[in-house]
Amino acid sequence: MRRQLPILIVFVSGVFMVIQYFIPHESFEFIYEYAMDWIIIIGIFAMLLGLWSLTRASVSKVQAKAPGWGFSVMTLVGLATMLFLGFYKGNKSIAEGTFFMDLFWYIYTPIQATMFSLLAFYIASAAYRAFRVRTVLATILLVTALIIMLRLIPLGPISGVNQWLASWILTVPNMAAKRAIWIGVGLGATATALKIIFGIERAYMGKD
Amino acid sequence: MKKTKAVLFSILIILFFFNLSFPQENLSPLPPTEVRASDTPNDNGHSITVTWKLSGDDGADKKNVVAYEILRSDSPTGEFIVRGMVPAGNNTYQDRGAKEKEDKNYFHPHKDFYYKVRAKTLNSYSESEVAGPAQAYGEWFHLGKLPVFVGTVTFTIMVLAFISLARKGKEFYVRPLAGIDAVDDAIGRATEMGRPILYILGLGSAADIATIASFTILNRIAKKTAEHKTKIIVPCNDPIVMSVAQETVKAGYLDAGRPDMYKEENIFYLTSMQFAYVAAVNGIMLREQTATNFYLGKFYAESLILAETGSVAGSIQISGTDEIAQIPFFVAATDFTLIGEELYAASAYLGREPLLLGALKAQDLAKAIVMISLALGALAASFHLGFFLKLFTVQM
Repeated sequence: MRRQLPILIVFVSGVFMVIQYFIPHESFEFIYEYAMDWIIIIGIFAMLLGLWSLTRASVSKVQAKAPGWGFSVMTLVGLATMLFLGFYKGNKSIAEGTFFMDLFWYIYTPIQATMFSLLAFYIASAAYRAFRVRTVLATILLVTALIIMLRLIPLGPISGVNQWLASWILTVPNMAAKRAIWIGVGLGATATALKIIFGIERAYMGKD
Repeated sequence: MKKTKAVLFSILIILFFFNLSFPQENLSPLPPTEVRASDTPNDNGHSITVTWKLSGDDGADKKNVVAYEILRSDSPTGEFIVRGMVPAGNNTYQDRGAKEKEDKNYFHPHKDFYYKVRAKTLNSYSESEVAGPAQAYGEWFHLGKLPVFVGTVTFTIMVLAFISLARKGKEFYVRPLAGIDAVDDAIGRATEMGRPILYILGLGSAADIATIASFTILNRIAKKTAEHKTKIIVPCNDPIVMSVAQETVKAGYLDAGRPDMYKEENIFYLTSMQFAYVAAVNGIMLREQTATNFYLGKFYAESLILAETGSVAGSIQISGTDEIAQIPFFVAATDFTLIGEELYAASAYLGREPLLLGALKAQDLAKAIVMISLALGALAASFHLGFFLKLFTVQM
């Protein structure tokens, strides 16, 4: 029964979600929204689990003096500080202009932006690796990428031809490949969903 | 001076009477006609669609009608209130309302409503006849989604049929995937080097189908790592994903007969913020010097940062996502990439269970049907055969 009940819940929920997509009536809409609300509620409670997991992992690293344990100390200090500042004045704690929001805007956000900006350098290094001409396919990739990149640059008399070629690459072979992947993804996702709804794939459920 | 004033006064008097001698031009536009009000099809029952024939004064050469106001009342002789406005040239309006009874804009289903349409110029208007009564009611089937429904039912039957064939013992051939074939080598490499394996489930939630597919792959990989006695680290960015991942890995260890080796602390939550998560995972890669990195699931801009860091750390990397924008990054930066649907097929490949392989064959048949339909669709479009294209038209 411990095995059958979760499978039954998955089956009923899965079938309902498929059916409700085709039924616009408000009674189904109501149940759908109710289920979505429950996902949010479960997510909030699961956050406590996450907090516990993060704290436990960080504390055990500090206790064991594992490599990089200083980062775990910073994690714990940051976690405690933000929790305290976020809660100690209730709703007012997270209003604009509070110390909590200052930390968010002037420390957290720039750090996040810094990480994101690293992407520019990683694109350069990945492009270098991808464009190394060793095979026919790599050569095609290199030539195609050059045409696409150069479309943004004025190239005198060949500018018009290059623009046309770049546009053709993007709208014909590129779009065809994308659509092929989309169709495959759609079918794959549907097949996976069906396997889960019918209880054929149950690895994600764990074991007793 | 007096003479000038007298002349000006006389001119004004003449102009006044001259003006009175002509009839005033009627500035009211012609009213809209043939107003119809009916339930909006395929909705939840809180909307009525109003249509009308444009005013005779609405057009490129007339230009005096600037907008239409739509008015509604509970009775044909009652007070009409303005429900909305559309610019000139439009002849349809959807009168929508809230479905919550406590909302001021609540739209009562199954109640008679009457409508009229007002054609407006800048300083005048005219109203149509009253149309109605019309009632709003919710439908029990969205006819616009019929092609999707037929496709879903057909595909479901195909999947079940192939699974049934697999149950009866029919063997299916599936083409080899380089990324899947490399899994055993990658785990073996980590075992030989005595270094851990890193498994990233992506940034998707547990409700994302790509994440669910990744759980099933994680289960197979966890089983193999347990057999090889190799450590697996699974940092998560969602607490629910973490909980499911813990159960999934534990099941893999149980399948391998090594429940004693399972360590819950190796599957942990980091943060739900995208780049904070990336920073933490990059740190793990560089500190732990992971031998093999798996990136399977839903990925966004962080995909390349993760994969390039793994490349710097010298890890073997296997990736897979259904996010088309991230596939090129993974192809460029990782050793093997599962493209799109291969992510969903990976679990069947790794498990080699007949039932799962049956579903794969159903996908192949569905793809063949889609390809034939595409070819027929191209021909139909070329020869203006609209009926064939309408078979696939979906209205949301």
